Parts: sequence; C-alpha cells; structure tokens
Amino acid sequence: MAKSLVQEFTKGLWKEVPPFRLVLGLCPTLAVTKSVENGVGMGIAFTAVLVGSNILVSLLRNVIPSKVRIACYIIIIATFVTLIDLLMQAYAFPLSQKLGIFIPLIVVNCIVLGRAEAFASKNGILASTADAFGMGIGYTFALGALAAVRELIGTGSLVGEIPYLFKYNLPNLFGPHYQPFDFMVQAPGAFIGLGLMLCLMNLTAKK
Amino acid sequence: MGDLIILAISCILINNILLAQYLGNCPFLGTSKRMETAVGMAMAVVFVLVMAGAITWVVNTYLLKKYDLIYLQTIAFILVIAALVQFVEMFLKKSIPALYAGLGIFLPLITTNCAVMGVCLINVNEEYTFIESLVTSFAYAVGFGLALILFAGVREKILLARVPKPLQDTSIALVTAGILSLTFFAFKGMV
Repeated sequence: MAKSLVQEFTKGLWKEVPPFRLVLGLCPTLAVTKSVENGVGMGIAFTAVLVGSNILVSLLRNVIPSKVRIACYIIIIATFVTLIDLLMQAYAFPLSQKLGIFIPLIVVNCIVLGRAEAFASKNGILASTADAFGMGIGYTFALGALAAVRELIGTGSLVGEIPYLFKYNLPNLFGPHYQPFDFMVQAPGAFIGLGLMLCLMNLTAKK
Repeated sequence: MGDLIILAISCILINNILLAQYLGNCPFLGTSKRMETAVGMAMAVVFVLVMAGAITWVVNTYLLKKYDLIYLQTIAFILVIAALVQFVEMFLKKSIPALYAGLGIFLPLITTNCAVMGVCLINVNEEYTFIESLVTSFAYAVGFGLALILFAGVREKILLARVPKPLQDTSIALVTAGILSLTFFAFKGMV
C-alpha cells in the first residue's frame, strides 16, 4: 500500500508531468510563465484546487450517478476554484492581480477534470490525494522551470517573491552588459520556449 | 460604429486570443493536425462563443450584479457554458443535422475550451456594454478561427518536412506557433 502511494505521488513528478508529457493545461503554462513568481504562484493555486477536487470526487465517487458525472465534477472544481480565488484576493492580492483571469480559468484546465475522471473517480481518498499532490507539484515545477528560463533570458535577472514562502533577488546574472532578450517574455517566446523544452524532454527520454 | 470596428479589429488581429492572449491552446494544438478538424473546431467556437458571450453578459448584469452574487461568477459562467453547449448540441442534432455532422465531436469539447470562458471573463472585467460584448465575442472567435486555420495549413506542410526526431509532433508545432505569433506581432502598431 505504502509503496503504491509513493508511486502515485512520484509519477506526476517526472513520468507523467502534466504540461510536458500529457500536453494538457497549456494555456496557463504559456500565459503565466513570464516570471518565476507568477509561474510558481499559479502552480500552487493549481495544486490546491487539484487536491481539493480530487479528495471530494474520490469521497463522492459512489454517490455520483455516472450519467451526470462530468457536470458534477465541474461544479466541484468550480467550487474549489472560487474558494482559492477569494482566498488569494484576501491574502495574496498582488499575485492574484498578476494572474488575473487565469485563476478562474483553472476551472477549464483539462488536467483537473482529467484527474477527476481518470483517477479520483476510481480510487480511494489516500491514493487520490497522493496523485493530486504529485501532479500538482510536477506542474508547479514545470511552470517554475519554464518561467525561470524565460525570465532569465528575457530580463537577465530573477527577482520576485512567493507570498509567505520565500523571496529571491538575483539581479543581472549575466553581468551588467547583458542586453535583455525581450522576445522571451512576450507571447512568441512562450511558444518557442515550451517547444524547445519539450524537445529537451524528448532527448532525455531517449537515453 | 467606428469604435466598434476598431474594437473588432483589435480583437481579431492585435489581441488575437490564441497567439497574444494564450487562451484556447489545447484545441489549438489538438485539432490543427488536419485542415478539416481545424475548420470544424473554428466553426463550433464561433457559434458557441457568440452565444456564450451574450448569455453570460445577461446573467452577470441582471442576476449576479443585481443580487450581489459576484463571488459566484466562476461557477455561474461554467454552468452557463456547459448547459449552452449541451443545448446547442441537442438543438443542432434535431434541426440542422448537416451542421451537427460537420461540428461533430468538437461541440462537447468546447466546454473545456478556455477561450470561451476566457472571453466571457474578459468582457465582464472590461465592463463592456451588451453590444460591445457581442462584437468582442464574435471578433475573438473569428481571430481564433483565423489563427487555427492558418496554423493547420502550416502544420500540413510540416508533415512533409524532415523534422529532427526529438522535435517531432508537439514540439515543432509549438515552435511553429511561436513564429506565427511573431508575425501577428506586426499588427501591434496598427490601431
């Protein structure tokens, strides 16, 4: 049992890391990775929603009639998204301002619905929780990594803070003469950055 | 009237929903492998987005704002969109079977298309009037269709090219999308 829980947790970290392996949930992946702060903030909000919805769906899996299950899942997810949205407006207002409509849009993130349908509706609470944490943390790392690359090349420095967790301040990592490559923090840089990261993942998977 | 035209142009080209606002990217990559599916998806989005834009505006103004229920916005919008998609699907199946066959599986997929929900939220956040909401919804949908069909055309060509192995499929698609998005950047100076 313990071993399988660990497996459920770790598969989200590398083997099935959502935006890279499954190519789901791309909109926030592209949109909020302008800076590490936004990327990781989004990842944490996403994890909170995923854990909440996975637990509730798993608890109710024998109650929900299978014909209307998708509608029920969407309502459960929307409830948690509203909760997180309001909590962030109360306790992390600047971050919630920066993420803007992408917080309410977690509702239509295919990963959350996908995990509810594919995993939580068939497994117990513990396994579902482990699955949600694994997927959530994997997603957060993926967003953080892409955001770090984009922010570093696009502005030359990494500056920001994750509310209540940590602050970081690394200005001018490439020296004072670095000319920021603005392209990377704009829309085209998001697409190309993610494309090249997928390519790197494919390369490492071969070996 | 002039304002509305400028609004429409800026929504189609300058703030293109796929390439500048990053909304609706899952169907963008998922349905762009073949021209037929891209056209089907584009049509379904135009159809649903205009209706969703109108209905969510009414719901937001006359229900949520009036009774001070703004905190229910996310839930209300997703329910409206899900119900609308179901309704449109049933209606088309009964009355216009040809169109239904054309749109096929793309209709149910639209519920989780963040472009629809995103545009509804943008309309509300920008406090557009009813007419403006209709125009932006339609224009965003047209922009979505335009980008999707252009991209499908490019992708069909890529199939014939020799792509290095690690870059194949999604990876090269994303890089292509980046270049397409770069060309849309040129519209930035227009308005």
